Amino acid sequence: MYRNVLTVLSAQLQQHVNRALKRFVSCTAAQLPRPLAPGHEEASVVRQEPYVEEVRLVRIFLEFKLYKLELGPDTLVALTAQEAALYMKQLLAIRRLEAASAQLYKERLVRGFCHLSTGQEACAVGLCSALRKEDNLVAGYRIHGLAYLMGATAKGVLSELTGKASGCAQGKGGSMHMYAPNFYGGNGIVGAQVSLGAGIALANKYRGTGGVCFALYGDGAANQGQIFECFNMAKLWKLPIVFVCENNNYGMGTSAWRSSSNTDYYTRGDFLPGIWVDGQDVLAVRSATRFAVQYAQQRGPLVMELCTYRYAGHSMSDPGTSYRTREEVNQVRQRQDPINRFRKVCLDMSLLTEKQLRIIDQSVREEMEQAIQTARHDEELPLSHLANDVYSGNCAELKLRGVHGHNLEHAHSKATSIHN
Amino acid sequence: MLRSRLSKVACAAQRAFSTSPKALAAKQMTVRDGLNSALDDELARDDRVFLLGEEVAQYDGAYKVSRGLWKKYGDKRIIDTPITEMGFAGIAVGAAMAGLRPICEFMTFNFSMQAIDHVINSAAKTFYMSAGAVNVPIVFRGPNGASAGVAAQHSQCFAAWYAHCPGLKVVSPYDTEDARGLLKAAIRDPDPVVVLENELMYGVAFPVDETVTDVDFLVPLGKAKIMRPGKDITIVAHSKAVETALLSAAELAKKGIEAEVINLRSIRPLDMQTIFTSVRKTHHLITVENGWPQHGVGAEICARFMEDPAFFELDAPVWRCCGVDVPMPYAKTLELHALPREPDVTAAALKVLGKK
Repeated sequence: MYRNVLTVLSAQLQQHVNRALKRFVSCTAAQLPRPLAPGHEEASVVRQEPYVEEVRLVRIFLEFKLYKLELGPDTLVALTAQEAALYMKQLLAIRRLEAASAQLYKERLVRGFCHLSTGQEACAVGLCSALRKEDNLVAGYRIHGLAYLMGATAKGVLSELTGKASGCAQGKGGSMHMYAPNFYGGNGIVGAQVSLGAGIALANKYRGTGGVCFALYGDGAANQGQIFECFNMAKLWKLPIVFVCENNNYGMGTSAWRSSSNTDYYTRGDFLPGIWVDGQDVLAVRSATRFAVQYAQQRGPLVMELCTYRYAGHSMSDPGTSYRTREEVNQVRQRQDPINRFRKVCLDMSLLTEKQLRIIDQSVREEMEQAIQTARHDEELPLSHLANDVYSGNCAELKLRGVHGHNLEHAHSKATSIHN
Repeated sequence: MLRSRLSKVACAAQRAFSTSPKALAAKQMTVRDGLNSALDDELARDDRVFLLGEEVAQYDGAYKVSRGLWKKYGDKRIIDTPITEMGFAGIAVGAAMAGLRPICEFMTFNFSMQAIDHVINSAAKTFYMSAGAVNVPIVFRGPNGASAGVAAQHSQCFAAWYAHCPGLKVVSPYDTEDARGLLKAAIRDPDPVVVLENELMYGVAFPVDETVTDVDFLVPLGKAKIMRPGKDITIVAHSKAVETALLSAAELAKKGIEAEVINLRSIRPLDMQTIFTSVRKTHHLITVENGWPQHGVGAEICARFMEDPAFFELDAPVWRCCGVDVPMPYAKTLELHALPREPDVTAAALKVLGKK
């Protein structure tokens, strides 16, 4: 009986300690609440702005699923106020960028293809936040947000959509062909970018840069034969590549379960390890990417599946409602919106105040407004540039063939190289 | 046996009619060795150059073109790939985009169809689409066109298909000098170059002088070569068909007709200036190619004549001698007659000249 009492007491003590630890861990890292300044009117309503170096520990909400991996990414991550502000800004910027793209498309200033990533912002922001300067990225055609984060400015992206000379490819490429430092497009052929990514990874290894290449593809592309060819070669040659499947559950109008006999895309690498990630959680994506960078450098290729969702249709020609219900779209918007989820984390953890959020939103709004104006009113490349940049050098033909004869001058208006 | 006979004829033709300087004071080098030495030179010269393809390393190359290179340069520079053309061609293009200088070998160009998306959409178009931000310094090389008895799926000529696309440069060497010089120039070129070799020429030896063996010997892209000067009729050909043209020229010479044989060397860009200059002299033209006729190299040359004042220099229409418009048969006699032979070219020349 004496032992029982001791056991019960020690168990209760243990529980107290655990709870205290949890509270400590989930609230703050050694920050005492600060006294409010005297005469501060909003003291009782608005939290004080945190210092930029303030850090919180955040637990990743949805667990990672691991395939052929013993240990996975961190599930408890640190987030500073500075990072919170940055990611919030980037999330809002991409949301507004895509809204601007849609608007310009409806005004018929953008032609052809326009694939929006609205709803998938956390994938882009989380991934890019974990890239080092020696890492590279290659993706398919839903790339406006990625191009923006990799260095093509909002003006560069929107002007490229409207085909103006201030576009990041001077209007020669369009929606699907945007390039930036360490960002190799922007590729229109489904799945081709994965092979290119494996080649970029090979170059990283060849030159000993230590860089890792992230090759992004969708659930639609995940069944492409060349991706499996690249799984094989990447594993065989131990290439520093991470294959990232952005699974938004629909390949154009075909749902993942109608196109794939195995929708566990993170396991499709067979002998390659894989991680399933909640793609609507910026911090989960960032944590997984950081893990992947280390893993790919040291152990070789792996597969990452980012489970995400697109609110818009496949492209601007697709309303996106013939193959899924409006209820489904609304449900995701309400419950799994990446921006709302991150905003909640920032507010709950006192990393950002409402006022700061408003300021960030305002600055993003202004940035996009300016970019939209340039995209609307800038000039296209002059006709004399039609035949430029077909060849980069050593071309024996002084003039290229025009409609009637060999009469087109051609020069090399070489834009800034994307190599670092 | 056939090859050694051809070899003798080629040497005879070369020696008698070649305009290469010091042709007589030269050593013999096969086309294969010309390619091999070109690869060796460029691998040694530039660290960024590497070779990948099926059997290129430990097998010494399916046709022994890369013999000895793996022993010399190792796994990093000479890479054996699995049989996955689309994947490894894409990897090669990606590596080129990232700053390396890959040489992607297709065991034959027939297999390049598996990877043609990467040759065109990933390699050829990228410099233009990126407005000059990303260049792709890659070489796609391998044997092209008909071989001997390999049947339909292994005998197609891809000159017309690749030469159709802006952004690519396409070369088609005939002899050792061509092979060595064009491959070296292709490897040093900052853009995607398709090098269409010919398996039947690999074993043929040609005399080469010391300038050809120089480590910086280059044959410029886009420039044709006059193999044999003449004044009565111009015969334009590329790759193996140059040999047919030279044999025909020898036959015509017996009839007192001096044919000027032009070896195109490059299909894209096409050196029309050399052909126009020649026709201003001879006023008659025939083209010879082993590829299929429709939309072929000869068709393009004819079209260019329609659009140039040189048209008025022609005293007769241009005739094309092409591979017969059928998939390549296997049976020996059928195969022989599916490609233009010397009698065909000679007959065409006589017809165009209006002689019997």
